[in-house]
Amino acid sequence: MPVTQPPAIRLAGVRKTFGPVVANRDASLEVAAGEIHALVGENGAGKSTLMRVLAGMYGPDAGTVQVAPQGAGALRDVTGWTTAEAIAAGVGMVHQHFMLVPTLTVAENVVLGQELTKGLQLDRARAEAEVRALSQKTGLQVAADRPVSELSVGEAQRVEILKVLYRGARILILDEPTAVLSPPEVRELWTVLRGLAAQGGTVVLITHKLDEVVDISDTITVMRAGTTVERIRTADTTPQAIARAMVGRDVALALDVMGAGDELHAERVERRAASVEGGAVAEAAPARGRDSTLDARRSALEVTGLTVAGARRPNEVDGVSFSVAPGEILGIAGVEGNGQTELLEALAGLARPTAGRIALAGADVTALGVRARADAGLSHIPEDRHRRGLVLDWSIADNLVLGLQHRFSAGARLDGRRIDENARRLVREFDIRPADPSLPARALSGGNQQKIVIAREMTGRDYHVLLAAQPTRGVDVGAIEFIHDQLRRARAAGKAIVLVSADLAEILALADRVAVMYRGRFATVLPRREASAERLGPYMTGAAGAEPAA
Amino acid sequence: MIVVAFLAQVLRIVVPYLLAASGGVLSERAGIVALTLEGFMLTGAFTATLGSYYAGSPWVGLLAGIAGGVALALLLALATVRYKADQVVAGIALNLLAIGGTRFFLRYAFDSSSNSPRVPGFGGDGGGAVGAAATLAASAQNPLVWIGILTVPVVAWLLYRTPFGLRVRAAGEKPEAARSLGVPVARVRVLAVAGAGALAGLAGTYLALDQHQFTDGMTAGRGFIALAAVIFGRWDPKRVAFACVLFAAAETFQIQLQGAQLIPSQFVEMIPYVLTIVALAGVVGRSAAPAALGKAE
Repeated sequence: MPVTQPPAIRLAGVRKTFGPVVANRDASLEVAAGEIHALVGENGAGKSTLMRVLAGMYGPDAGTVQVAPQGAGALRDVTGWTTAEAIAAGVGMVHQHFMLVPTLTVAENVVLGQELTKGLQLDRARAEAEVRALSQKTGLQVAADRPVSELSVGEAQRVEILKVLYRGARILILDEPTAVLSPPEVRELWTVLRGLAAQGGTVVLITHKLDEVVDISDTITVMRAGTTVERIRTADTTPQAIARAMVGRDVALALDVMGAGDELHAERVERRAASVEGGAVAEAAPARGRDSTLDARRSALEVTGLTVAGARRPNEVDGVSFSVAPGEILGIAGVEGNGQTELLEALAGLARPTAGRIALAGADVTALGVRARADAGLSHIPEDRHRRGLVLDWSIADNLVLGLQHRFSAGARLDGRRIDENARRLVREFDIRPADPSLPARALSGGNQQKIVIAREMTGRDYHVLLAAQPTRGVDVGAIEFIHDQLRRARAAGKAIVLVSADLAEILALADRVAVMYRGRFATVLPRREASAERLGPYMTGAAGAEPAA
Repeated sequence: MIVVAFLAQVLRIVVPYLLAASGGVLSERAGIVALTLEGFMLTGAFTATLGSYYAGSPWVGLLAGIAGGVALALLLALATVRYKADQVVAGIALNLLAIGGTRFFLRYAFDSSSNSPRVPGFGGDGGGAVGAAATLAASAQNPLVWIGILTVPVVAWLLYRTPFGLRVRAAGEKPEAARSLGVPVARVRVLAVAGAGALAGLAGTYLALDQHQFTDGMTAGRGFIALAAVIFGRWDPKRVAFACVLFAAAETFQIQLQGAQLIPSQFVEMIPYVLTIVALAGVVGRSAAPAALGKAE
């Protein structure tokens, strides 16, 4: 496809290996000046690595990197440059995991490395003034003098972008920028990016959310297994075609992600209702009757007046009550940091509530610890797989029995053979790649790491209630499809599921009821058929008032 | 009079703590564990003695003391920053090296296994005063006392008001973020550790010149008490200085009570460590260790 504008970036034949792992091979990319370019692909496809080569964090083993300095003019060969050189040439990267120093203020984070001085001292006032001016100019609103640790995730990301723009970036690379944003924040970000592109800036956006790709990008490069496989103009393609290019086969896309298929959803609900009810065909019919029937049944999880004290607010979770029935998914939406993490930790037994009661299948488990709750039928897919879900340096096999080790013992020692058998079976069943159970979890892509957690939590014990926190965060399309499918199957098998996700589309695609958490309370609880992004948005931002806790 | 005696003694004891602990703050805020303060002090005490002995001037001793501390600090930086050795292991190893090294060179230079000959120190005959007043007057004439007191605001200023301090704090809190902005994290850490070596070397210098000699193992755990002060003071120069004064007061108390036999001296000696454990347990508020402390960048 011909590029109309002169190119601002050209990567050709890039190869990058980490020990035996080939992250990029023969990867090429061309982005025109003033363009918003989406770099899409599954997790582990090598998107981030390729962009880090561009931003000077890694030197490529082979291939060339060319960039037009300041994003305009003739291309210059910059292969193997350093971060500092990239920054000087106007190339800046916003990382998926924030590169912010939490103890420093916004302004300090922005000027770090290019400090303004007055004599020997930092000129804090001028730094703050400049950050304020830049914030005004770009629409990236954030208080310059606040410590970063006090910011919301959305604000922290604005600081990341400010940081890059402050250094005069004309080529902006964003790695999965929306993973942690609420819908209004995503819209704001799009406005900012469009503004930058309109002023001649070049944006490369790493993502695997296809609706975003369609929304914002001008052109798309698809990566698969370390190499670039296709370059498409967004206007000429469909989400299905992009997904096919990413995975290399047809994919059933989560319906609401594509913004279509309300009809299909209704069909799924009916089908599922039929399977849950078993013989009770009478109830299987219209989706509209289900919400009441679900609530009428005995609840698998019953939470009453749960309160968790916190560091930022007196109560991170403030008197939350709800129940989840067998065969039901309760989706908890909301901007991150509104108590979702603390709520799930309290449910899982990781944090002690200051008040309230938690009952599993009618039995009070409030006083029980993590293991006792797990034995009582609670499984937990934790929000942060690196912190809570996995021991990264352990093998896949060992991670698959983490927390279940007492079920894999032979006398005082662990039964290595059963652990191996278990691992081989789950690796096959859950398609964990690479399929070598002896590899450390660290060596796997995010999606495959998450599959380890899911495999363990969803097959390791006979559970009734599943807590699924951000189950598809940082996970590729193929794995999202797989994980969503697993959650639907669990529901069909009569499990009660609490799903917390920052991705509203995911909640809408899976949940039967949707709660919105705002400042430690449920701002609203709606049946799925009444929930939509438009309806939920105001509750997420606190614009719509808190109804009495459901 | 007893109050003056008490304060004079506290001042005398607190100076090396202030110097070493300020160095510890610098090192730990940059992300390098300051376990080797003891080794820096001991090395500094010995090289200061050498300098003062051979040049016949305490000022040369002072410079030599700084050089000794910095030399060992650069060795620590080489191991932990350049070769990414485990900081605790390297720190302990260098402490042992300092103990063995000073003992070896003590024998080599002065042919003694216990102490050096008498060397010139800083003035301080007290100008004819007696008792506590003499102690106080001698302290006032000792430039190291003034350096020790000034170190606190200087390190605070450096850490919170200068670009270097900003980089130190970033390097200790989130080095990958600093590096992604082109901050040379390795260099920042090396400089911070060298600074810690210089200040702890001065602390050792103070001890040696105050005694007018080097004796084997003369730091006697003061480097560790300084580290305890760093932790108790939650890595903030001013609070750390307060911790140093507190620990010095406890020590003075113990010395003055020694005759009275009210409390076994071992209990008083425990005070810095007990307070540190209490601080670490979060009684004094959230512990605020630099997030990247002890981690390779």
